[in-house]
Amino acid sequence: MAELNAKVPSGPLSSKWSRYKDHQNLVNPNNKRKLDIIVVGTGLAGASAAASLGEMGFNVKIFCYQDSPRRAHSIAAQGGINAAKNYPNDGDSIYRLFYDTIKGGDYRAREANVYRLAEVSNAIIDQCVAQGVPFAREYGGSLENRSFGGAQVSRTFFARGQTGQQLLLGAYSALSRQIKLGTVKMFNRHEMMDVVIIDGKARGIIARDLITGKLERHFGHAVVIASGGYGNVFYLSTNAMGSNGSAIWQIFKKGAFFANPCFTQIHPTCIPVHGDYQSKLTLMSESLRNDGRIWVPKKKEDAEANRKGKLKANDIPEENRDYFLERRYPAFGNLVPRDVASRAAKERCDAGYGVGPTGLAVFLDFKESIGRLGKNVIEERYGNLFQMYEKIVDENPYENPMMIYPAVHYTMGGVWVDYELMSTVTGLFVAGEANFSDHGANRLGASALMQGLADGYFVLPYTLQNYLSGEIKVARISTDKTEFAETEKNVRQRLEKLMAIKGTKTVDHFHKELGKIMWENVGMGRTEARLKKAIELIRKLRAEFWKDVKIPGTPDELNVELEKANRVADFMEMGELIALDALDRKESCGGHFREEYQTEEGECLRNDQDYKYVAAWEYKSEGNFVLHKEPLVYEEIEVKQRVYK
Amino acid sequence: MKLILKIWRQKDAKSSGKFVTYNLDNISPNCSFLEMLDILNEQLISQDKDPVVFDHDCREGICGMCSLYINGRPHGPDDAVTACQLHMRKFRDGDTIIIEPWRAKPFPVIKDLMVDRTAFDKIIQEGGYISVNTGGAAEASSILVSKKNAELAMDAAACIGCGACVAACKNASAMLFVSAKVSQFALLPQGQLEAKERVKKMVKKMDELGFGNCTNTYACEAECPKLISRSNIARMNREFFCAKVS
Repeated sequence: MAELNAKVPSGPLSSKWSRYKDHQNLVNPNNKRKLDIIVVGTGLAGASAAASLGEMGFNVKIFCYQDSPRRAHSIAAQGGINAAKNYPNDGDSIYRLFYDTIKGGDYRAREANVYRLAEVSNAIIDQCVAQGVPFAREYGGSLENRSFGGAQVSRTFFARGQTGQQLLLGAYSALSRQIKLGTVKMFNRHEMMDVVIIDGKARGIIARDLITGKLERHFGHAVVIASGGYGNVFYLSTNAMGSNGSAIWQIFKKGAFFANPCFTQIHPTCIPVHGDYQSKLTLMSESLRNDGRIWVPKKKEDAEANRKGKLKANDIPEENRDYFLERRYPAFGNLVPRDVASRAAKERCDAGYGVGPTGLAVFLDFKESIGRLGKNVIEERYGNLFQMYEKIVDENPYENPMMIYPAVHYTMGGVWVDYELMSTVTGLFVAGEANFSDHGANRLGASALMQGLADGYFVLPYTLQNYLSGEIKVARISTDKTEFAETEKNVRQRLEKLMAIKGTKTVDHFHKELGKIMWENVGMGRTEARLKKAIELIRKLRAEFWKDVKIPGTPDELNVELEKANRVADFMEMGELIALDALDRKESCGGHFREEYQTEEGECLRNDQDYKYVAAWEYKSEGNFVLHKEPLVYEEIEVKQRVYK
Repeated sequence: MKLILKIWRQKDAKSSGKFVTYNLDNISPNCSFLEMLDILNEQLISQDKDPVVFDHDCREGICGMCSLYINGRPHGPDDAVTACQLHMRKFRDGDTIIIEPWRAKPFPVIKDLMVDRTAFDKIIQEGGYISVNTGGAAEASSILVSKKNAELAMDAAACIGCGACVAACKNASAMLFVSAKVSQFALLPQGQLEAKERVKKMVKKMDELGFGNCTNTYACEAECPKLISRSNIARMNREFFCAKVS
């Protein structure tokens, strides 16, 4: 059994990272050339890591399932990226960003990692500006900031509503430069199928060329997984269609522990579900809560009339509106963290005050800010989001309030990693949303971009080098070796097994069913009974999937249905682990809300006595997982109840 | 809604393709175009037929992966959207819809509606970046950018690299795509040092890869889902000219 050693450096919190860097081992330039690194995923974490490692002189191979590295779903992040620059002079600091992130995560993140994140946040902004990322500017030419949920300062840098796109294109441009220089080799339309472990160390991957269907063996002295989160286990989410948890699930099966799987984030402001055929949900950036006010009708009859299409939002007078976030949380108002805002919206809808045809929506209203700032200012700030809303819903949000509802957005849980971002498998590193490290039980807005780039630009280049300094005597291992052959054989067998089922129901059918089970039972409000039911239902569905899924074509060609089936097969197992972890955690914290554990006012009731730990699960066999605990020790921060009132 | 779909089917890059007609019924007008294709594929699979292959990923108009030529227009009849953001309410009950892949020599068909756009990546690899290594950046506030230029740079940087501009152009020219990247950096102080080399290298690569010349029809601008302006092409031409003569 692997030991959980987080390897947090000793010394005061604020000097841990600099001490680490001062004392870590380095690799000289001649040896760097002899070392190969595999990176899976080209989002912010993967692309920035590959580019930085290539610049340092390592040989990097990077893989993505899309047609180009620029498509990774980081591109869809809208609102912004946090940093402790304190340009607005409103009292921000590294400590405050660190504190807000720990508090926002409901005291379930590792202190040292979060401090480091806050510490490198400023260098990220410097790096991105130097790359030519067109951040928003003030008239004097300096960088503009705005506020985001969970903070009382304005520390969010942004490029209109397309910050993720611009940061990803920045990382993609750095990556492209290294591809041209030959330090990085790009494998697009390739999917990682499994990791190859030799003598206890990660030494490569088996990848499938999605065009030819051919399985390939790739060696690396170390492997970095930056494949994103697993939100698509819920089927409907704000993730891309191809976003999947297969890379992290495969390494989980090979010995990498999976931490806090039940910490999933439901984002409060998404366009509501409107039909069975729907394939995904679209996010409306949290930044909209800077200027938009969230409300539902005060009177049930008004809500009902709206649902029936008889009463328009604009016809409900001011005194009959309930700005429920401002009412419940006067200090933070509409800018409470995501978990708090989502639950408050659900509470109103469950109580019968929901609006729109399904009753599962609340209003996000810009009337006041348009009146105060003018339509052109709102358009400049959020134009693309308003356009997107109008295209999808067919209603003009400048004139009518938007309708929004919470949806699955992000997964704080992920592969357990130590301070160096190494998993419990030696030489196997995990970065970005794929790891669990920085957001605890709830991620604050504009912190995902920060973490992805922190891991890739400023953490892995150090920690990976430290690891590789011990590998300089290892010559490149031939991919003819038994371990490669064995792993490839297992992958082939699994694909053939899927193809051989020849059942009657499509992959999407099963994915939708799984999504329903997850959303209804493992979604925003969880109870012991529903979680137990979910586990039972998932097991049944999984058995049915392996008996009755229908996949056309063959494995030796471009086969989209096979790709999907392979991912859904993993989601079928992952869903069970999420439910199990949620069942085990008998407390409410952040995005994990157990209805049995709440305060009289309906807020999260944490249990620090028994659950102040990272739940790290070890895979034994299908449906059989063993829990390990990493206790969370707070040296710098006083653990309190999270209050946003 | 009832629809008649005429879809380009092509087994692989080497085979020749043809249009195949499909009838679809009971489509909600609120359904997105790609969700309509999902429904078709579900039906094809249950009928033991090969589903239609098409590229897509984020389905919120930003990744640039979807690439459908619908009724003779890249991304279809609605303006300023990608195919994934196109909704069936833009069509009428009983419509015949013709769906093709991007048609351009530098974007060969892989299968059905899926094409290979790595040519775009190759152009970026030639010089679509500012050469700064990680960790070597100066304090962000030391670089001032006028709001006007920052906005113009952002307008250009909004390009999603989908290739609609190439598909729309009778010459399969990539001028709008390349000029958007050239413009973004030409407008920023950070991009000045390498500006001349950048534009020369990127244009050279664009030509090498078989993209055609610009004959100023501006079909690219008309079909761009992100409203990238043709003035970027003018800016690139000026950059290119200055780089050549200096």
